[in-house]
Formats: sequence, structure tokens, C-alpha cells
Amino acid sequence: MTSFIIRRLLVSFVLLFFISIISFFIVTLTPGSPYPWGELNPKVSEEVKRVFREKFHLDRPLPEQYALIMRDLFTGNLRSIKDERPVLEKIAERLPATLVLNISALALSLSFGLLLGIYGARHAGRPPDVITSIIAFIFIALPGFWISYLVAIALVDWAAVPILGTHTIGVAFTNGAQIFLDGWWHVMMPASILAIGGIAVQSRFVRASMIETLREDYIRTARAKGLDENTVFYRHALRNSIRPLITGIGMLLPALISGAVIIENIFAYPGMGRLGYEAVLERDYPTLVALNFVTAALVLLGNLVADMLYAVVDPRVRLE
Amino acid sequence: MITTAPEPIATVPATPGGRAWRRFRANKVGVTAMAMVIVLAVVALVFFVFDRLGIPFPMDPDATNLERKLLPPNAINWLGTDNLGRDVLSRLLNGAYISLTVGFVAVFVSLFIGVIVGAVSGYFGKWIDNLIMRAVDALMCFPTFFLILTAVALLGPSIFNIIFVIGLVSWTGTARLVRAEFLTLRESSYVQAARALGQRGWKIIFRHILPNAAAPILVTAVLGVPEAILAEAGLSFLGFGVQPPQATWGNIIADGKTYILDAWWLILFPGLAILLAALSFYLTGDALRQAVETRSERQ
Amino acid sequence: MSKPLLQVRDLCIEFVLEDRTIEAVKGATFELAAGETLAIVGESGSGKSVTALALTRLLPVPPAEIKRGEILFDGKNVLTMDASQLRKLRGGRIAYIFQEPSTSLNPVYTVRSQIAEAVRLHRPDVTDVDAEVVRWLDAVGIVDPAKRMHDYPHQLSGGMQQRVMIAMALACQPDILVADEPTTALDVTIQAQIMELLASLKERFGMAVILITHNFGIVSGFASRVLVMYRGKIVEQGTTTEVLRAPKHAYTRALIDCIPQLGSTDKRLKTIDHAALDAA
Repeated sequence: MTSFIIRRLLVSFVLLFFISIISFFIVTLTPGSPYPWGELNPKVSEEVKRVFREKFHLDRPLPEQYALIMRDLFTGNLRSIKDERPVLEKIAERLPATLVLNISALALSLSFGLLLGIYGARHAGRPPDVITSIIAFIFIALPGFWISYLVAIALVDWAAVPILGTHTIGVAFTNGAQIFLDGWWHVMMPASILAIGGIAVQSRFVRASMIETLREDYIRTARAKGLDENTVFYRHALRNSIRPLITGIGMLLPALISGAVIIENIFAYPGMGRLGYEAVLERDYPTLVALNFVTAALVLLGNLVADMLYAVVDPRVRLE
Repeated sequence: MITTAPEPIATVPATPGGRAWRRFRANKVGVTAMAMVIVLAVVALVFFVFDRLGIPFPMDPDATNLERKLLPPNAINWLGTDNLGRDVLSRLLNGAYISLTVGFVAVFVSLFIGVIVGAVSGYFGKWIDNLIMRAVDALMCFPTFFLILTAVALLGPSIFNIIFVIGLVSWTGTARLVRAEFLTLRESSYVQAARALGQRGWKIIFRHILPNAAAPILVTAVLGVPEAILAEAGLSFLGFGVQPPQATWGNIIADGKTYILDAWWLILFPGLAILLAALSFYLTGDALRQAVETRSERQ
Repeated sequence: MSKPLLQVRDLCIEFVLEDRTIEAVKGATFELAAGETLAIVGESGSGKSVTALALTRLLPVPPAEIKRGEILFDGKNVLTMDASQLRKLRGGRIAYIFQEPSTSLNPVYTVRSQIAEAVRLHRPDVTDVDAEVVRWLDAVGIVDPAKRMHDYPHQLSGGMQQRVMIAMALACQPDILVADEPTTALDVTIQAQIMELLASLKERFGMAVILITHNFGIVSGFASRVLVMYRGKIVEQGTTTEVLRAPKHAYTRALIDCIPQLGSTDKRLKTIDHAALDAA
């Protein structure tokens, strides 16, 4: 088991290296002005441009640029163009909120996806399955920003429910429980909408996996032993069908973080997605490089956790 | 289990493609979805032509009419008007071709890149394969939409850039698929036989390996279109898609953001259009996948 | 000893596929007495496995369809049993071992847990289930059973996996053990061991055995009666000695001829001419 972990860690470091290269190149290699202001903007003096170039090592050869930017990133010297604060600091501020949002959405996706998928497989081919399948497809095709908007209007306009930010402004809750519930509500709204697509996708995978598992020889053995259909389904088939749920973590994480860019915007939720959108508007290159890097690194971490989970669920992996 | 009995077999198509097509045809949902896709494509094409020829049907999508602004659906404007008095239905129809073009061409770009990368990786194997696959794994860690947004914002939101960036970011699935096909088939008996007979590398690739990979690649392609459409809509919604005054489904919604409490139709209808288009492609793709996969699981 | 344990009469089974219907079993009729050993011999597609699975209605009901016939176990018709009677029958009275032991055991549960599950289901009176598991693993020849029972199926060799399947089947003390090609997927040397094991267990515990195989070679010395199936029909039935010595049907003769003979001077192995047989 330890050799398994060590091997995965080594591979992860290699991947992290590739991720840093990709993050760097996206921003640097994109043709166009390297300055956040127009190339021909008369208000910007040559001196300012020179200082800018020096700060971001733009006159060095590419590999050196890469190394220097990475060094600056990790030492906190890479600063946002907008407010001169170290990029990592700005990201770190938003990290907790982002983690809460995305992990909630992930948890929702996996749990409801599992339930829906099992339900569909249990009644495969019959009306309950057909209906849940259609609902799942509609959820997958739903544009996130559209449904967020509709839900937001519905809640704010008709139900007068506050949804923006992380807590309701202007109301002072005294009770600890109330504060918690208020915060929880403000996370759950965007998390639920983020999770819609995830639930649907996971349910399809789980359903397909269960249907396939039910064709295996050991299921025939279980029936031949005289076990009732429920035991066969929930005890024998289910545990073997969970793999896609774990693989789903790797697939869902990038999608959730992506989706968060728009959703955080709509719900004014102060996470990394919002930071990213603002950085894009302002062409804040340092922040963009750092954000792409950090989000991909987070996904990598998530994948590592998923791999560990494989080992827990499947004894064949554990004993390699 | 049971194999064949000597009864004469009725009209079973000879090729795997034929059988898959038959299965697809039997899937009512899939066929309906595909019909929908074809309808959408035709509509987009027709209105694209109208646009180029300057035919305003039902109305000129760019004609502003401030006296008729922000009207709910009525007899003249079936889907209402926007803040500049433009007819929403006309704009929707006009914007259809943008969404579909981005969808199709971006998928084409991603297929092109994916097939090449996957083929190189799967065919040559060893360290090349390793290197490429690590890079692919790394790329797959990136939240795609944010990456697209970053790149498009830096490059400038032209339709060409958008298509190119979406394609550049979405090829990883195809690459893995193609590589897997290459790895399995490279060692298969008939490829070895072909090599023994002296066939050259390229020939082997095109005549033996790619045809087998064609079906799953097609499925990935069809399933990739709605992803591209949704990405483009998202970009437009944030203001980084195809720019006004050209209508796209995403930017009609974006424009409507400000008037959301007064003009729900600006949000509802374009969203429904996106939903319908994406759903049609997803259902078609899923039905295709079922039709193609059944082949491998039967003994 | 008057009524036979199992009576199959005019069993007809069809498979309805997407483009055609296959008649897998056409009017099979045979009997099995308690403690008797019957071999069902035939090649792939003859309908022998389908018949065996039908005995406890283990066939997936679409696409399979039992069109006609009766399967009487201990006087009761299996084809009209309700779900709970069927569950008692399966495993408890008629148990199975299958061809591929490596895929017939659930990979995520230990050997112990899978056997214990069967024991708890059919023999609720057993108090020390673990001891029972050890006892049966020992009976099938597994070395160090108390330790081995905590292993997962993939940790065992093919031969050991098949022994586990046998232990699992017999732990429920069934009246009939149906062995569907139990040695086909195993090494030739292990094949002999497993057949020996089955023979000795049969002696010891006295259950009836139905052996499904395409290999006439393992039939003699093991089964007392033989049924030969060809294309869904039973073409010959009788005691093993009779059938081997004086096969009445052309197919049976062909099958027997196929067994490679030590010391023969033939340069080629014999095959079966289906066309000629179908015409006959």
C-alpha cells in the first residue's frame, strides 16, 4: 500500500510540473499586448513600460521567464497588477470559501448522483428509469448561468429570500445556530445549482456501471446461492459499481471549479471563481497564471484523494 | 453461453456499422433527438443565408425600435422585444448559427488534435506515450471554462478565437480514446499479420486501426458539441463571446440581465433554445453510444 | 427410492434476440435419482448449460423463455414456484459450480464472507459459522483453511478458487450439485485433481451430481449415466458403459471418436462433421 502511495505522489509531482508549464504558457504565449493597457496608449510612458517589463522578467528568454515567475509565485513576490498584493495572498483569502462551495457541490453530486443512479438501475428499462433518465439529461444540458438566474429571480423577487454573498447583510443574528444556518444557506444555494450537472452525470455513470455489474458471473453465483434480489443488488452489485463514483471526483472537480466562475459571479459569492472573473476583466496576468495553477493543483490533489479511495473500495488495488 | 443454431438468419446487416445503425434506429428517443439536431442545423443554415442575403425574416434582427422596447410576447413579436426594441425571436434565429457553428467547428478542431496526439502516443508507445499522457493528465486537471475564459480574454473575443480555444482545450478525451484503440489494436493478430505481409505503418493506421476507433470517436464528437455550445454561451454571457451587435443566445441573456425583473422573456427564451440544442445533441450522442457499445458486450 | 429426485419433461427453451429467435432446448426429457451421477455431454451450443440453469430458473427471462415443459424437483414443479420457494431451492437443494471460478466469486468480499453468507441463508441452525466455513474449506482440500478464508478471490489460484466454489455449494448440503464445465477453464493437471475431489465428495456426502461437459474423457469413471445433447435435443441416454460401448446415435459415435487415444497412429485429430449429422 505504501509503495502505491509513493508512486502516486511521484507521478503527481511530475503532473504539477506540467501544470505549472501550461499555466505559464497560456498567459505568456498568448499573442497580443503583454501590458494590461493598450500598446499605443499615449498616457503610458516608456519608463512605466520598462519597469513593468522588468518586474515580470519579460525581456528574458522564455525558460528563464518561466523559472523566475514560478519563483516569484512561491516566494510571494508575484503581485497582482490591480493592487500590488502578492497573488498567493489574494488567492489564500478566497480559498476557504471556494473549498466550502466546491466540496459541498461535490458531496451533493456524489450522494444524489449515487441515489438517482441506483434507482435508475434497479428499475432499468421501466417508466421510473425512463423518467429519471430524461430528467438527468435535461440537467446535464441546462446552462448553469441560466438556471441560476431564474432561481435567483424567483427567490429574490417572489420569495424575498436573500441569497447574495456569504451571509445576509444588514441583519444581525445573535444566535450561533442562526448564524450557522444563514451561512449554510448562502453556500447551499450556489452549491446546489453547481451540483445539478454533477448529480445528473454521476447518476448516469452509476446506473451504467450497475447495469454492467449485474451481468457479471458472480451475480449469477449470488442468485444461484438463493439470495433475494435486493441482497444481490445492494450487497453484491453495488460495491462493485462504485468505481465510477470515485472516477467522477476527478471529472467533477474541474467542472465544478469552472462552473463556479459564473455562479459565484451571479450570487456575489467571494470565492476564487469571482477573483478569476475580475482578473480576466482587468487583464491581471499574474493573478491569472496563479489562479490557473492553483485550481489545477487543487484538482490534482482531489485526484490523489480519489486514487486512495480506490484502494479502500477495491481490495485488488490495495494489495498490488 | 449459447452460440448459433443452424436456422437461416433473417435480415441481419453484415457490417458492425450496419448493425449499430439498426440499433440506433430502434431507439425512439435517439431518433427524435437526431431529428431535432437536423432541424436545428437546417434552421441555423437557413437563417444564416437570410442574414447574408439581407432578408429580414420574420424581422430584421438588428432593427432597433425604441417605441417598442421591452415588450412581452405579443402578436407581432412572438417572443417579445429587448431593450432596444429588437425582436427577440429574430435574434434567436439569427444567433442560432453562431452557436451551432462554434459547436461543430470547435469539435472538429478538438477531434483533429485529439486523433493526432492519441495516434502518435498509441502507435509509438514507450517514453513518447508516457510523456504525452502525463501532459494530457495535467491538462485535464484544469477547469476548462476558466482556461477558455483566460485565453479568449487575452486573445480577443472573435468567433475564430473562441472556436480555436475551445477546440484547443477539449481534445483530451478523444486523445485518450484513440490511444487506447491504438494500444489494443497494435498488438492484435490482424495488425501483426498486416505487418508480416509488409504493409507500411501509415497504411496499417488508416486501414485497420482508425475504422475501429471511428465509432467511439463519433460518439465523443457528438457529445462534445453541446459542451462547446454551452461554453460559448457562457462566454457570451460574461461578455467574452461573440460581440454585439451580432446576436448570440448567450449575449441576449447577458443584455437581459439588467432588465431581469421586468423582462423575463429575455432570459427564458434564449435559455430554452440553448437547453433544447444541448439536449438534442446529448440524447443523440447517448443513443449512438448505446447503439455502438452493445456490439462489444455481446459474445 | 421409488420416485426420482428430479424429473424433466419435454423442456423447450427459446432465446428471443433482437433479430432472431434461437431454439436452445427442444423437448428435453430425463430423470435423476437421489445420489445418482448424471453427465450431460455435448459441444458449445448444444443446450446443455441452458438446461442446467433452467433447473432453478437461473436463466435471464428476457431473452430466455421457457415455452413448454415441466421440471419436477421432489415432486414440485420448479416452473410454477413462487419467489420464496425458488430461493430455498437455489443453493439449499440444488447448488451450482460454474466454469470460470475466477469471475464467479465476488472480488470485493473475502472467501469467508461469501461462504458464510450461503451457510447463514440455508442453515440458520448453525451457530458457529466460521467453524463451518473452515470445515468445508478443509473438506475440499484447501491447506490452512483458517488463514485462507480471509483471502480475497483474486489471491487464490484457479484450482483453489474452484475448490472454494465447491465448498460454498456443498456447505448448504444440497441434494443436487450441478457442475457446469467445472474443469474447462483450468489447467489439465488441476482438472484431474478437481474431478477426483468431486468424486470423493460425492462418496462422502452422497449428493446427486449433474456434470455438464463437452469432454467425454472425464465422464467415464465419474458418471453412472450419460445424456448426449446435440443442437438442443437429447440424442442418446443410458448408462455410461452402455453408451460408450455401443453408441446408437451418429453424433455420440463422433464425440467418442474425438477423444484422442494414447498410442494411436492417426496424424490428425478427429473432428465432427455437422453437415452430415444434420442431414441424417
